[in-house]
Amino acid sequence: MKFSEQWLREWVSPQLGAQGLADQITMAGLEVDAVEPVAAAFEGVVVAEVVDKRQHPDADKLNVCLVDDGSGESVQVVCGAPNVAVGQKVPFARVGAVLPEDFKIKKAKLRGVESRGMICSASELGLDEEASEGILVLPDDAPAGEAFRAWMGLDDHTIEVDLTPNRGDCLSLKGLAREVGVLNRLAVTTPVIEPVAPAHDETFPVRVEDAERCPRYIGRLVKGVDVTAETPLWMVERLRRSGVRSIDPVVDITNYVMLELGQPLHAFDRENLHGAVVVRLAREGERLVLLDGQEITLNASTLVIADERGPLAIAGVMGGEDSGVGPATRDIFLESAFFSPLAVAGQARAYGLHTDASHRFERGVDPRLTRDAVERATALLLEVTGGEPGPLVEVTSAAHLPGERQVTLRAARLEQALCKALPGDEVADILERLGMAVSLVDDGWQVQVPSWRFDIAIEEDLIEEVARIHGYNRLPVRRPAARLALRPDHEARTPLSRLRRQMVARGYQEAVTYSFVAPELQKALLPDAVSPRLANPISSDLSVMRASLFPGLVRALEYNLNRQQTRVRLFETGLVFRGALDELQQTPMLGALACGSRLPEGWAGARDKVDFFDLKGDLESLIAMGGEPEAWRFEPGDHTALHPGQSARILYRGEQVGWIGALHPGVRAELGLKVEAFLFEVRQDALTRGRLPAFDPLSRFPEVRRDLAFLLDERQPVQALLDCVRHQAGQWLQELSLFDVYRGKGVAEGYKSVALGLTWQHPSRTLNDEEINQLVDAIVAESHQNLGAELRG
Amino acid sequence: MDHLPTLVTEARQAIQAAESIAALDELRVRYLGKKGEITAQLKGLGKLPAEERPAAGERINQAKQALAQELDERRQALSRAALEAQLSAERIDVTLPGRGQASGGLHPVTLTLERIEGLFHRIGYDVAVGPEIEDDYHNFEALNIPAHHPARGMADTFYFDATRLLRTHTSPVQVRTMKEQTPPIRIVCPGRVYRSDSDLTHTPMFHQVEGLLVDEDVSFADLKGTIEDFLHAFFERDDLSVRFRPSYFPFTEPSAEVDIQCVMCSGKGCRVCSHSGWLEVMGCGMVHPEVFRHSGIDAERYKGFAFGMGAERLAMLRYGVNDLRMFFDNDLRFLRQFA
Repeated sequence: MKFSEQWLREWVSPQLGAQGLADQITMAGLEVDAVEPVAAAFEGVVVAEVVDKRQHPDADKLNVCLVDDGSGESVQVVCGAPNVAVGQKVPFARVGAVLPEDFKIKKAKLRGVESRGMICSASELGLDEEASEGILVLPDDAPAGEAFRAWMGLDDHTIEVDLTPNRGDCLSLKGLAREVGVLNRLAVTTPVIEPVAPAHDETFPVRVEDAERCPRYIGRLVKGVDVTAETPLWMVERLRRSGVRSIDPVVDITNYVMLELGQPLHAFDRENLHGAVVVRLAREGERLVLLDGQEITLNASTLVIADERGPLAIAGVMGGEDSGVGPATRDIFLESAFFSPLAVAGQARAYGLHTDASHRFERGVDPRLTRDAVERATALLLEVTGGEPGPLVEVTSAAHLPGERQVTLRAARLEQALCKALPGDEVADILERLGMAVSLVDDGWQVQVPSWRFDIAIEEDLIEEVARIHGYNRLPVRRPAARLALRPDHEARTPLSRLRRQMVARGYQEAVTYSFVAPELQKALLPDAVSPRLANPISSDLSVMRASLFPGLVRALEYNLNRQQTRVRLFETGLVFRGALDELQQTPMLGALACGSRLPEGWAGARDKVDFFDLKGDLESLIAMGGEPEAWRFEPGDHTALHPGQSARILYRGEQVGWIGALHPGVRAELGLKVEAFLFEVRQDALTRGRLPAFDPLSRFPEVRRDLAFLLDERQPVQALLDCVRHQAGQWLQELSLFDVYRGKGVAEGYKSVALGLTWQHPSRTLNDEEINQLVDAIVAESHQNLGAELRG
Repeated sequence: MDHLPTLVTEARQAIQAAESIAALDELRVRYLGKKGEITAQLKGLGKLPAEERPAAGERINQAKQALAQELDERRQALSRAALEAQLSAERIDVTLPGRGQASGGLHPVTLTLERIEGLFHRIGYDVAVGPEIEDDYHNFEALNIPAHHPARGMADTFYFDATRLLRTHTSPVQVRTMKEQTPPIRIVCPGRVYRSDSDLTHTPMFHQVEGLLVDEDVSFADLKGTIEDFLHAFFERDDLSVRFRPSYFPFTEPSAEVDIQCVMCSGKGCRVCSHSGWLEVMGCGMVHPEVFRHSGIDAERYKGFAFGMGAERLAMLRYGVNDLRMFFDNDLRFLRQFA
């Protein structure tokens, strides 16, 4: 909410500058976003009267005017504004004046005619951001010769305060003044609002069908208003300084009263009301064209103001176009109502609206304001538009008005909460200044909550009020005390932070990509993936939840390739989202991507490109941290994003936990990626699980090593051979290493030579050649039988 | 016998001229070996008169020792020279960079989250995490934000359907934890959060760390102490001014925003702090009794405080990053700066 400092000072004026005031209310919880002067700096501008106007001899669009600027002699000035007229009071910049943006006014000749000064428009004086048409015309009673700046009170500030949703009571000058009064221990001057005497006895019937949602409705017929009248400059200025544009006097006055008192008002054109005003819930499907021109279909939870023909307005939100006030309106029906916060809450948003009225009603408008506001608005209307007021029509259901709330604040509870014993007098004083009726009870204070404070219902609310007014920064500071209890720690687990650091040690940069991705990208990589789709995405590029870390990593790869990075190694940790909403799995994963050279560019040669086995080695280095590499398997598998000949499903203890492979060339072509890239992703829970180290006694007896080279069909995975060998090698096998895979000369086409090193050791004796030979024979026989492997000579 | 001095001179010259250990070995054999020329002299002593023998013998022995010493010295000189030649030949340019994989680096948000977790872990807070696709109950209802509450407008929410959404804060983890554990509870909850907002200073996803402490006799003073200590520790500045400003969160009461003296200009006023000298860094407050009620904790017996902060905001201040969106571009040139 924006307000004018000067306006506030009419209610309460502490001995503080604008910034001091802003700081004070900020520290009381009404956060000030900005303090801006209401007009740019200018000097040398006075009020003047246009006393003569003649057509410029050589220019159709220029006039030569004489103005009386109070100096005793008329000043000749050439003016191009179409609206200049004799008799007007205008802001006049004398020669020597300096206008905003350091625009200096000098004597000049325009098309040969001397001009000594300038008649100013609002925008030339920095009063109106939008280009206003023509010069600013002042009221007739503006005194010629008076300094314009002082006369307009332009040494004022607009203070913008960002109110939290609990402080709807501060959405008015009245409420802000009340708060400033409390903070400065000053009395607040409230304008006296007198009832307006009716000039006729005509009314318009009002029927409230939903008293729970609308406990009070007051209406008044004002006949014979002139909507073409001009809103007085002082009101236009106050509205402007509050960030509200002047529309017509009826709208301006309802806005003005809303800003002043906090009560939203609405005016209907009597001409378009039929039968009676009815406050009721909308009927499903009823339609209404709003003031802003859009047509909406109402739903049955919306409270409307209707007449006997249909809805006229959404109660507390926005009026309808058909019943709105226009230049031709003669008689208006003025509405001031109390709609319960729950009746308005969410209604505006349901129709994509947010209005000053809904903003206030949702937060709570003081139900005791309803009558004052309509009287205040009537008085202003009569002043500006003329007209004849009728008597008030009021429909109130006392049972549905917010009841009086009593809340007890216990002294002990207050002291415990704040860690400070505040003097009882101070507590009572704070509460009373906030408008609460306080009575002392045995263990503290009992408080009656004022009608404007919808946010106070429980003891904690009062504790907060006392703390806030006393000052948070005057409250003590202490460190929490706690019992030192040890907590369990699972040594076998590898924390995610260690896995991340291992990836870093292997040369990867950590990426953080959005959890929602472009559906086309996800589809290109994972055409079969099902993952939740946002109902209201910020853009279609970020509309579907990632079912894998691959899309984000691939997008980050693209981003870097487009910026001349040729070697990209990225990893990411985070949730992936799989399945429809009702069977959704949110699984923490760790994924990585590598492309470009194996090692950073350097002098030591090795320009080789990274390949599958580099990435697998990096993953195996993570697996090794868990201490149970034998629990992991890689099996050839088909993944839509991966090269069918270079991809594997990853299994941990027999369960599939991830994928590794080369990015599918077809997918690369679809995405326009020219380079090869390798990816993996694995479930974090598999990587973080592990085994506690278990000591195995060292044998004092010699090791026996045998190297065996097998010829193996290319189609047979080496893993099958290793499994077969391990199976037959007996319990004393200590190590099985794979030290060569060879294809080429000496090995038949379609075969590979696989060289294995086997090491045996017995814990309590020396193994003899004979038993080793038997094991080797068994290995050779089984691998031949199962895999067709031949021992090489 | 007059022959000896000539022989010694000749041997000395040969030793000095020798250029290899092998040549020296040959000279040793030639002069001092069993059949060597000096040894032959000793054998010739018998031909001398008996009274001359001792003197002549001594001369020959002296010559023998002198030559042996000379041979040793020359041998050492040659090995030294050989070693030096080898060392010189094996010289490398030690200024060339080392070989192998270069290290990568953690993301600055991770660095920040780990730093925050670490500071709290050391004083007995555990790390708790929760789902990112949340339900309306945990994200709003249980946090005292009923349907249509104006506070729902404070954060623009991404929805999947009427009741499921992307969590707008890490606060749902508070509720989930309080339902499962009994006080005392001390947790920090780091993680991704989502709000439908995207401009220069907002990204639709960012990271928060939420903290919660529930125990008997916890007061606003404990909250202030914890926050002040944390901010001093995080920024490594014990003199950093911290202030608490009344604010509003439906799930805490009293609630506060926390400002620190601007770390860029030390409070003098600059662009980063909008010339106010203060930076808003986190929100906090005492746990609202309604939240305790939803979580099954006795609000008369227990009190608690909660606080929440944006990791990107703190990372920007700590590392001087001036554009929020860079955190999610994953530009390697950016990421490498945090290695």
